[in-house]
Amino acid sequence: MTHLTIKGLWKEYDGQVVLENVNLDIGDHEFVTVIGASGCGKTTFLRILLGVESPTRGRVLLDGLPLPTEPGPERGIVFQRYSLFPHLSVRDNLLLGLELRGAKRLGRLFGKRRRDALDKADRLLDAVGLYAARDRYPQQLSGGMQQRLSIAQSVICEPQVLLLDEPFGALDPGLTADMHELIVNLWNMNRMTIVMVTHDVKESFHLGTRLLVFDKPRIDAQVPDRYGATITFNIPLKGRREPPAGLGAAGAPRDTGGRETEVRS
Amino acid sequence: MRRLVNRRPKRAQALVLSALPFALLICLYLAASHARLANNPGDKLLPSPATMLEAIHRYAVLEDERSGNILLWTDTLASMRRLLLGLGISAALGMACGIIIGVIPYIRATFATFVAALSLIPPLAILPILFIVAGLGELAKILLIVIGISPVIVRDIALRSAELPAEQLVKAQTLGASTWLLVVRVVIPQMWPRLIDALRLTLGPAWLFLIAAEAIASTDGLGFRIFLVRRYLAMDVILPYVAWITLLAFAMDRLLQHCRSSLFAWAEPGR
Repeated sequence: MTHLTIKGLWKEYDGQVVLENVNLDIGDHEFVTVIGASGCGKTTFLRILLGVESPTRGRVLLDGLPLPTEPGPERGIVFQRYSLFPHLSVRDNLLLGLELRGAKRLGRLFGKRRRDALDKADRLLDAVGLYAARDRYPQQLSGGMQQRLSIAQSVICEPQVLLLDEPFGALDPGLTADMHELIVNLWNMNRMTIVMVTHDVKESFHLGTRLLVFDKPRIDAQVPDRYGATITFNIPLKGRREPPAGLGAAGAPRDTGGRETEVRS
Repeated sequence: MRRLVNRRPKRAQALVLSALPFALLICLYLAASHARLANNPGDKLLPSPATMLEAIHRYAVLEDERSGNILLWTDTLASMRRLLLGLGISAALGMACGIIIGVIPYIRATFATFVAALSLIPPLAILPILFIVAGLGELAKILLIVIGISPVIVRDIALRSAELPAEQLVKAQTLGASTWLLVVRVVIPQMWPRLIDALRLTLGPAWLFLIAAEAIASTDGLGFRIFLVRRYLAMDVILPYVAWITLLAFAMDRLLQHCRSSLFAWAEPGR
């Protein structure tokens, strides 16, 4: 069970308020999509969740405990680009996460543990359709394949929260349908919480169980940096969640007082 | 007619073209040498090919009367030993210091400026200090090469490892990497091809420092020989030695390039 709580979050850079008073409660196995105009702090918000930025004020709690202020294995991340390791083959890229966790000193697994890790990697490669390309290097892959690998790389470590920063932003529109299918399947398989920043409104409605809209509620024309952005709409959606077996209502969208809409995808 | 920038030579053509400047230089030399020797058969400045071949035979095949050594080989061995030791130590220093400076912000804040300042000390200016402190033996010569090129390699590797996309480092941390594992599994493997590039670029300076050190205080080595026979205006020895040094340096450069493309195929551009 993963429960992400954000209380009174502010982020300022030398007098420039980027985020103000963000409050949020994300339940287990939610798929949160985040949209907003560019420069409205949605990426800053994601970077705070990731742990590469720290909030000026406020708290971020994961299952009631403060999130570590540096990136760690409880959170996965898929960036728009550059998150693959160019010196490792597709299979080794996937294996890396298992090796980093399983061998703290050398970062490499041997013998039976390596064979088990390889089995796991191969199964996931098969699931994301990259098994045939397992010996290639990332730069020999197309953009869509690279993102599939990057997602698989995060998923194999079974993070509680998977953060996606415009993961399909640089891809051909024709590819995104496949990618949506993939991400929803992985999300259902692993029961993780996903927070995805996107600029594609259709995508955000289509995928999410909860849609967050970031915007500046107040604007001072003389001092545009005086007020920051916050969550102006928090909309529960139906999403494409398959009913988790035996978990009953655990996956039902929670009412947090935002504007309610139901959108069937 | 296509534009000049769009016309490319074929493989065979390119090979011939690349040999052309060498052939031209040789022809030019032969003509000049012939002209000077026709004027004065005792001229030593531009010796004929026959004189040079005879000198090569003397140095590369026959044993030296005094020492019983074949001079070209003992010289080459002595020089290569110093050069490779100097390069090896510099490479190790460059990787170790460069990576920790590039990756760990506190180390970078402490040492980056210091290394930048160190790298600007003219190595030849401290050669006397080396001779005073380390004596006239092998140590001073190898130290000169190390002092001359390792700051450059350290700075290059530091810059390259700091250039790694932040996304990669963050991703590795979310996969469970500690600082140590980040360095071992993500940074070091990506720095090997960079190290080879840095070594290729510092090969020229390394030879420079080697020959400078050998010219000043040595009893063998390629640089020593050239400066020794200079006293007798022995151009017939100097020119083949210079050509031999160039060939060695060229071969090392090509070897490094070959290692880079065969060992680190992932780092080759345009694949």
